[in-house]
Amino acid sequence: MIIRVFYFAALAEQVDCRSEELETGATSAGELIEELRARGEPWRSAFDSRIQIAVNQHLARPADNLSDGDEVAFFPPVTGG
Amino acid sequence: MRLIRVQQADFDASAVLTELRTGRTDIGASVTFIGCVRDLNLDDDVRAMRLEHYPGMTEKALEKIVDEANSRWQLTGTAVIHRVGELQPGDQIVLVAVTSAHRSDAFAACEFIMDYLKTGAPFWKKELLHDGSSRWVEARPSDDEAAERWKQ
Repeated sequence: MIIRVFYFAALAEQVDCRSEELETGATSAGELIEELRARGEPWRSAFDSRIQIAVNQHLARPADNLSDGDEVAFFPPVTGG
Repeated sequence: MRLIRVQQADFDASAVLTELRTGRTDIGASVTFIGCVRDLNLDDDVRAMRLEHYPGMTEKALEKIVDEANSRWQLTGTAVIHRVGELQPGDQIVLVAVTSAHRSDAFAACEFIMDYLKTGAPFWKKELLHDGSSRWVEARPSDDEAAERWKQ
């Protein structure tokens, strides 16, 4: 399946990527993280930090399922306000 | 009445309150919170602050927080305006304005919205220092605790 992935803030800088379209076999957000970490550095270290996940623009957990066409985002804990 | 805006431009709290109150005579209390950029954090001189956000999700997250506030308290109006882009020390960053028949609901809802915004809305601050370097602001455990206490 194909999903769109966004990266924000410090994480986007670490992996030097803000968004990409991915063909993936990952069925959950957690599996997708493992797939990204398997790319090696800087991906592996970037995902060692505390990362929040959003699926289709709602906060999600690693166990949450992914479907074809989903928009997944990874970012550091938020610091607005 | 509900206003949710993410914008680069500055805001006028008084004008927002006027929007929330116009045409209504059932509002007994208006509470506003304004957050501003400070020039000192972790003992470094901050030249400016750059705010990044997740367009689309930000608005959804703020809507959800305002929905939750409206389900917990009797409110007649809520406004959340959050600025993004580059801001200078002293600049306003965020406005939360709440109107209600009574002050207790307005005070509580205003604090609730800020506490949840701090931990649930996808904004990130980067501090630009005088020496040309920059640094992402780290999330604070005290903000998580502030949001957590509303769950008890």
